[in-house]
Parts: sequence; C-alpha cells; structure tokens
Amino acid sequence: MELSSFDKSLLNLLQGNIPVCSRPFAEMASTLGADENFVLERVRELKAAGYLRRIGTFFNSDNLGYRSTLIALEVTPSEICTVAETINGYDEVTHNYEREGKFNLWFTLSTLNAEREGNILSEIKSLRGVEDMINLKSNRKFKINVQFNLQ
Amino acid sequence: MCNSIYSDTKILTDPDKEIIRVLQEDFPLCEEPYKFLAEKVGIDEEEFLQRVKDFVREKKIRKLGAVLQHRAAGFKSNALCAWNVPAEKLADIAAIMSSHAAVSHCYDRTPAPNWNYNLYTMIHAKSRAECDSIIDELSRLTGITDFQALYSIKEWKKTSMKYFTEELKNS
Repeated sequence: MELSSFDKSLLNLLQGNIPVCSRPFAEMASTLGADENFVLERVRELKAAGYLRRIGTFFNSDNLGYRSTLIALEVTPSEICTVAETINGYDEVTHNYEREGKFNLWFTLSTLNAEREGNILSEIKSLRGVEDMINLKSNRKFKINVQFNLQ
Repeated sequence: MCNSIYSDTKILTDPDKEIIRVLQEDFPLCEEPYKFLAEKVGIDEEEFLQRVKDFVREKKIRKLGAVLQHRAAGFKSNALCAWNVPAEKLADIAAIMSSHAAVSHCYDRTPAPNWNYNLYTMIHAKSRAECDSIIDELSRLTGITDFQALYSIKEWKKTSMKYFTEELKNS
C-alpha cells in the first residue's frame, strides 16, 4: 500500500497527541479537513496494513511507581536462544535484543520494587551460558520520543 | 522538587489503576473511544476524561498516540550507541544528541566497573551506512570519541509494559 499525502499528514498527527475529548477523531478530522468516518476508516486500514506498531497510551513508568533499568548480558553463543526465551517469559521485560559485541543480549526491566528486580536478576544470572551481567540504571531521561516525520 | 519530568503524586488509588489497565490496551478506533473505556471501568465519560487529563498534567501519561512500525516507515537499521562522556559535560552533550532527529531515546545511566559508558542513544536510520554516518556526525558535534555502536542482530522481544497486572492475578 502506497501512502498518500493525506495518509502522511494523518500519521504525523496521530504520532502526536490524540485529543482528550469526547470525539477525538472528529477533532483530528477537522484539523485535516476531512470527516470523522473517513479518518477512522483510514486509521483502521493503516493499522491493518502494518504501519502502526501501536496506537494507545504511553506512560512514564517512573511516575507510576515503577523502576526501570537496562541489563546487558554476555552469553555463550550456543545458549543465547534458550537464555533469550527465558528472559522473554518475564512480564517485566519489554525489550530484548541480541546485539553485536562482548555483551550480546540487552533487555529492559521494569519492576515495582527492588526485591522483585533482585530476584529476577539472580534467576537470570544463574542460567546456563550467562557469563557476565551488568545493570545500567537510568538517571536522567533526556529524550523519549519515537516519532518520524513523514514527508 | 526541581526535576520537572517526575511527579510526586505517585500514590495511585485502585480506581486509578483500573483506568490505567484499560488505557494501556489498544486505543479503541470508534467515534467515542473514551466513553467506551469509561464504560469498561464503570464510570461516566466526563469523569474518565478528567482523570486522563490529570494523568497528562501529572506526567503519568507521556503520550497518547501512535508509534509507527519503524520498518514499515523505512527505518530498517537501529543501533544502541553507548558513549563515554565526562560527567561535567553530560547534560550539554545529551542536549546536543537529543536534538538530532535520528535519536529517539537519550538516557544517562550509571556505568559498570568493566563498562565505562554512561550515555545511551537509540539511533534509527534507513541503512547501516546511514546509521554509521549519524554516529560519526554525533561524535564530531560533541567531541566524544570513546563509544560503542551496538547494532541489533535479532529482536527477541518488543512489547509495551503492562502495568498493575500482578495485583489482578492475586485478587
């Protein structure tokens, strides 16, 4: 599916904030000079075509009382599949990537308390193939904004 | 409190957690999405809208909108770039990196004894060559030459956090 210039304007608008009001799609439609039903239909089609990873609410986990960290593991290459799948099994893990370099598996972990974080990390550290682990706690978040300007 | 991105109203009531649980699902694509969500929680639309506005003001909600599929949008390459930045220059250098359009995330993190990198940027580009040239550009702009470009080989998991689900399992 080729994106029309209307689609690109719609996607740029959708990536910003959806209005918090009774008829948000009607409000977006009036910004775009279209009608509400057309906008809704197009959003559904773009979603079905795989252009949208997610449309919804993104929270600041710190402000909901969660603590987040980035963990890097050095894993023996032959064990990486088993280790990655075990890590995926934790609901508290949202991103898990195999990367180039000495530390070859990187995942994010968000937990409600230090005890839960400690328990998960000690379980992971004891998995076969895990040679080293570093815990990179975040201090300041200077930018969190996955937004692409389509032209 | 001087750190403006953090709110000090972290205590959430059970009804608030209910609202967060329905908001974290896919946003309903219908004419009155908030009314639909409010009905799920069992409150009226007006009250629901008010709580959403409160959460935005309290910075509990960072964004209500869409995230594009990077690959579908043509961004096929991504690198986590870890930089070793002198502590006193951290804020200035982070500001320069954050202002680059290809940088989606920029965090400072406490380094580990055997891993001296304290600033982390996610970089998205259409190809690896373009990613490399963005990293070179950031290095030139900031004067930071000690860095690691960690290209992804495989995405094992990428999902959104589900908040307050444990309590449901236990109740």
